[in-house]
Amino acid sequence: MQTEPVAPMLEMRCISKRFPGVMANDSVDFTVLPGTVHSLLGENGAGKSTLMKILYGLCRQDSGSIHFEGKEVDISSPSKAISHGIGMIHQHFMLVPTLTVAENVALGLGGRYGISDMRPIKKRLSEVSERYGLKVNHDALIWQLAVGERQRAEILKALYRDVKLLILDEPTAVLTRNEVDDLFVTLRQLTADGKGLILISHKLHEVIALSDEITVLRDGKVSGHTRPKETTRDQLAQLMVGRPVSFTREVASVGIGDVKLAIKDLIVRGDRETVTVNNLSLQVRGGEIVGVAGVSGNGQRELAEAIFGLRPNESGEICINGVRVVKPSPKAIRACGLAYVPEERMRDGVIADFTVTENLMLVDYDSESFATKGFLKLRAFQQRCAELVKNFAVKTATLESKTRQLSGGNIQKLVIAREFSSGADTLVVAQPTRGVDIGASEYIHEQLLLRRRNGSAILLISEDLDEVIALSDRILVILGGRIVGEVSRQDVNVQQLGLWMSGVHDQVSA
Amino acid sequence: MTTKLNARHRLIPLVSMGIPLLSVIGALGIGSLLLAAFGANPFVGYREMFLGGFGDIDAIADTLVKSIPLLLVGVGICLAFRTGVVNIGGEGQILAGAILSTLAALAIPNTPRVFLVPILLIVGGLGGAIWGAIPGALKAYVGVNEILSTIMMNIVAGHLLSFLLEGLIIEPGEIRIQQTKRLTENSDIPLLPGGTRLHFGIIVAVFVAVVAYVVLKRTTLGMRLRAVGHNQDAARYAGMSVQNNIVLALALSGACAGVAGALLVFGSESHRLIGEGGAAAFTQSAGFNGIVAALFGGLNPLLTIPASFLFGGMLIGGIEMQRAVQVPSALIIALNGIVVIFVVSSFRLKRKLEQAMTSSDRDRA
Repeated sequence: MQTEPVAPMLEMRCISKRFPGVMANDSVDFTVLPGTVHSLLGENGAGKSTLMKILYGLCRQDSGSIHFEGKEVDISSPSKAISHGIGMIHQHFMLVPTLTVAENVALGLGGRYGISDMRPIKKRLSEVSERYGLKVNHDALIWQLAVGERQRAEILKALYRDVKLLILDEPTAVLTRNEVDDLFVTLRQLTADGKGLILISHKLHEVIALSDEITVLRDGKVSGHTRPKETTRDQLAQLMVGRPVSFTREVASVGIGDVKLAIKDLIVRGDRETVTVNNLSLQVRGGEIVGVAGVSGNGQRELAEAIFGLRPNESGEICINGVRVVKPSPKAIRACGLAYVPEERMRDGVIADFTVTENLMLVDYDSESFATKGFLKLRAFQQRCAELVKNFAVKTATLESKTRQLSGGNIQKLVIAREFSSGADTLVVAQPTRGVDIGASEYIHEQLLLRRRNGSAILLISEDLDEVIALSDRILVILGGRIVGEVSRQDVNVQQLGLWMSGVHDQVSA
Repeated sequence: MTTKLNARHRLIPLVSMGIPLLSVIGALGIGSLLLAAFGANPFVGYREMFLGGFGDIDAIADTLVKSIPLLLVGVGICLAFRTGVVNIGGEGQILAGAILSTLAALAIPNTPRVFLVPILLIVGGLGGAIWGAIPGALKAYVGVNEILSTIMMNIVAGHLLSFLLEGLIIEPGEIRIQQTKRLTENSDIPLLPGGTRLHFGIIVAVFVAVVAYVVLKRTTLGMRLRAVGHNQDAARYAGMSVQNNIVLALALSGACAGVAGALLVFGSESHRLIGEGGAAAFTQSAGFNGIVAALFGGLNPLLTIPASFLFGGMLIGGIEMQRAVQVPSALIIALNGIVVIFVVSSFRLKRKLEQAMTSSDRDRA
């Protein structure tokens, strides 16, 4: 235990930044000690990214100062930041897919290290990898690497440049559970070596597990500063949202009803003509949420699209409410009483340039209540939409606003309002809270549970394992287009799920 | 804050019309350099152009007559483009409408005028619709690019016209000119009062524009067309048929041009279908110029009305200018071409500005 206070590595003092109409950062203080992880929490738009952009030289503060290693610094560009020893791992990796790991590292170096002479670079790269236990094949092309490996390559790139302070933007968003564990090991090694880390995340349990300090931003201001030992998930969420948030979802058991959705031996081909859903069968009963967990790209999207008739199925049966769907098309499936919340809301769920009203009516616009003889009943539209916007707490300036002006969470609420109010009692819901902030996520989860209480059958397809565990009565794990494991609520074992998801089939002795 | 916001919103239509207008002025600026290079006084030239297009009641009437096919084609373009399909086949669709309605007039010449004129307009629309639906179906079901196929259909229609006028429906007699006989008087489009050449067609065209506006804005069909135009994935997901709507959009688009074709035959002073001098001489290139009118009107059928009028005036006035300052007629075509290029390129700028204006709203909201 160190007793004398350590000099901070980074001090951002009283940083303010105003964008037209918004105070993105309002007198924010932020300090990082060497050898520690300082997490930055906050909802979308709370000002995390702005603060980090200022630190990394992507934009300038209006007022306030940055001190790095005791000296005031002026960071006017990312290259300045790098020369000071500040690196950033972006959420979307900045790697050239057709080059090797070593070539990517060499790319930004310029100067006397021409790309032609890779030997000294490779040599140094090996040293760095070894020192931090970052295992990546230096000669592998980026596109051949798994996501976790690409991230390691990105970290390697930063370490090669001798960064002292590393900003990680949502580093676990794209990783599987095992990859997350590996990343944590790496990050601990970095702090042990005296590096300072800034972690931007909204996964509260990860933040608590990994951080030494936590700063929470809300509406551009610091709403709290704490340590993991002194806080809880609920407290942190409250600091982020500004009101109490509950994570323990009230899942009272309800009577399980008839089978509403039955899929038998379904085979679906993906965009590249390969079999992506392979002989898959599942059933969902009324009053039940069945969660499909799995790492992205294991057939989830194709499964959902095939159920909804957006993608032809090669063979197999889909029965909705006991009726076999012979020629699946979105229209026919909707008529059978199934609604679908698509995973890509901006592509499938809404038309960004349509108004909120038009999007809310996108499915029902030609039903009897809203159209006569081909003419739209605009007044009925208005009435209905005012109701939906209110009931589903969609925040929009007016009903005639363009949908693209809404935040992601509100667009998702709009889609859910439309689908859940359609009268369908079988719901397929894909990635309902991806990219949605905590407040809206909570609301969406409540809606799902409400529908469950009302006896709807819900198939929840999500890559967010926490979400699946919190909501589902049964969890199915999908891997390579097959269901490789099934477990009911009371028997959930996170480790087992993780193993199923990553393809290790052997049972773990409990 | 809210009043400021509203003021900003009120500015958006100003940008929508203002930018194309500015680009016309820019184009005319470049045109004046060309005129000067040919030794003509640009100011005199442009004055003559304005007087020729809008100078007196007869000039305005001629401009309006010129703008009829522009407006009809333009409205069709609005319908197609808003559905996300590009229709470059206005020329062919005009011809198809003209040919089919001429055949109808030849077949039933004794029908009373009150019935015959509407029938001929509908038949003309039908001809254009067929000519539009073919590339529409090719795109929707086989994936043929509609830009190519609509252009190809123009060529087919042009040859069909000259083939028919070579023999089957040529005016009987010694002199073989590629034209029909004077068609039955029952098919004449009535002139409007005022003693000008302006005929009833202008009312038809404006009516079609208003109908198209209402269809887009207030009907289930319009909702489907616009949904397909903005986002095919979301439209399919909502249960709409993307393929059928593409065919429908091109058919409707063609129908508008087909009506223009019928009006060009029966509203003309010769009251014949004339192929002499080539298909473009008959269509007055309205199949292409209508695209400009529609873009000029921001793909809004109502705004396409004044846009067509302005563009029609430029075309009519251009002839006067050529006569007054004695420049080659190719220069007038070039001048109009420059205007087209400027206007169409300005749309990118316009879109950017509009986006910037709405997105700054969003920051404020």
